[in-house]
Amino acid sequence: MTSVTLDTLDRTRLRARRRRRSRWAVGIPLWILALGFLTPFLWMLSTSFKRDIDAYTVPMQWIPDPVQLSNYATVLLGEDSILPAFANSVLVALLRVAGELLTATMAGYAFARLSFRGRDKIFLVYLATAIIPSQLLLVPRFIYFQQLGLYDTLWALILPGMFTVLGTFLMRQFFVAQPPEFAEAARMDGASEWRIFTRIYLPLARPVMAALGILAFVWSWNDYETPLVLISSPEAYTLPLSLTSFTDEQGALSPGLAMAASVVTIVPVLVVFLLLQRRFVQALTHTGIK
Amino acid sequence: MAITSKPLPAARVLEPPLARATTARGNPSQPPGWVGWAFLAPNLLGVLAFTLVPLLSVVGLSLTSWNLVSGLSGIEFVGLQNFVDLFVDPGFWNATLRTVLYAGISVPLTVVGGLGLALALNRDVPGRAVLRVIFFLPYIVTVVAIGMVWLMLLNPSAGVVNQLLGAFGLQDLPGWFASSHWALPALIIIAIWSGVGYASMIYLSALTDAPTQLYEAAQVDGAGAWTRFRTITWPSLVPTTVFLLVTLFIGASQGFGLIALITAGGPGDATTVVSYYMYQNGFQFYRFGYAAAIGMATFAGVLALTVLTWRAQRGRTLHD
Repeated sequence: MTSVTLDTLDRTRLRARRRRRSRWAVGIPLWILALGFLTPFLWMLSTSFKRDIDAYTVPMQWIPDPVQLSNYATVLLGEDSILPAFANSVLVALLRVAGELLTATMAGYAFARLSFRGRDKIFLVYLATAIIPSQLLLVPRFIYFQQLGLYDTLWALILPGMFTVLGTFLMRQFFVAQPPEFAEAARMDGASEWRIFTRIYLPLARPVMAALGILAFVWSWNDYETPLVLISSPEAYTLPLSLTSFTDEQGALSPGLAMAASVVTIVPVLVVFLLLQRRFVQALTHTGIK
Repeated sequence: MAITSKPLPAARVLEPPLARATTARGNPSQPPGWVGWAFLAPNLLGVLAFTLVPLLSVVGLSLTSWNLVSGLSGIEFVGLQNFVDLFVDPGFWNATLRTVLYAGISVPLTVVGGLGLALALNRDVPGRAVLRVIFFLPYIVTVVAIGMVWLMLLNPSAGVVNQLLGAFGLQDLPGWFASSHWALPALIIIAIWSGVGYASMIYLSALTDAPTQLYEAAQVDGAGAWTRFRTITWPSLVPTTVFLLVTLFIGASQGFGLIALITAGGPGDATTVVSYYMYQNGFQFYRFGYAAAIGMATFAGVLALTVLTWRAQRGRTLHD
């Protein structure tokens, strides 16, 4: 009896020690790798405080000397301030997120909880469309928006983002998993369909809506290819497009300004991500696999 | 869901409350069909206008010869001519080859790297939450910021990367974006750097669903780490791997943002992958019909590859 207990005790102690050691055996290389991954961002931050002549020095300069804030001042308050583009990006992202949340929850609910003729066929079409890459649609969208007079306006960026197949799919998957009994009970009490949707099912969907909203926000905020094709005048630039315009007198990229503008662009999305990280990852994993 | 009662149109409104209650108890009541259509309508109309119709017009456009200058009246139906031209266009085949090279190297390395990272992050390592954010960071940053900072890091003479390589005593440092040999490898490095965190995030969520009780049983049976991974972990990760391969391949074959930003397909045509070739034809030469044909051809290729991957995976899981 005693020998057995001693034996197991020893074994657990040994295992704990081994685990502690492996914690660091994996941890240290991982942290070194992470530092390597972080380098571009550290360089970005460092360069944003540098004078342009200090950007390419041999040996490289990690701590800016002198540290100067003028890049940020120029980028934010100068002649070619990115603030109008910032405002455009906010407007586009908010309208896209609001539109997508509204239309995707309604459509997802319809696919999941309401029955009507042709529903499953339409859903099949939605499914088939979900894997179409947006780049394939750029040429026809370009032509359309030109014919509609929406080319080179923010609407060309906003409208397609308000009605998405992916968002609908995500919401449908959520509503399908909700008990239909709530609706049946409410119907017996004479509640209208709209009321059932907004008072019962929509509140349940809040976490999924948050996840979808963050995903849509980040995609909208970072999109470069769509505005590259559909926007031409600087007044309608969103942030990614306006980032490309920081050049010095010779027309070459001004490292300090470009990096300061990059930092300004990244911060909002980083804050949103850090605050709602868990939801973001949930949404990302649910769009594809489940 | 499919076998619910038929919707009771108009009559339902006229029903006395008692009768309605009995119907509802017998089989769950459903509102009339137009309610569903009404809920669906806003999204459906938008998807029709901005996704489905453009999608159908890509097919139509690919059968026409048209440039912007001639206006809508200048559209000319040319049948399959664009595809015939595409077939004998060396520019297209070179671009396709580069795409295969670019995606064929970057995607598997991203997936393998993501898997390794996920297995490491799944353990009890110090500062795990921070590590996850660090690796994932590139995914939430716009491609423009990424492109600009890497352009600096990979500067051939004074960039951080070459200075570090030089410090290790390496001679003949790569010219990166200035060299037609090194431009594509540079893009591959950036693709891996920015994709690995995403892949690991997807793997991590799959790992939490892995059957953990089996591990303890296997450990008791004296199975080594590799055997445990191969027989328990890996089978549960196969669907995730297929998903990642497919989505990353589609992304790698369709995205052109980084190339438009950094190299404009150059030097020479060293980084003209097929998506950039489409962008060039469409939005620089305004050959919309031809661009549409390129888009369709590459997407068809990716789709075929997707189906093949799917089949292969299905075959394997059936065997097990």
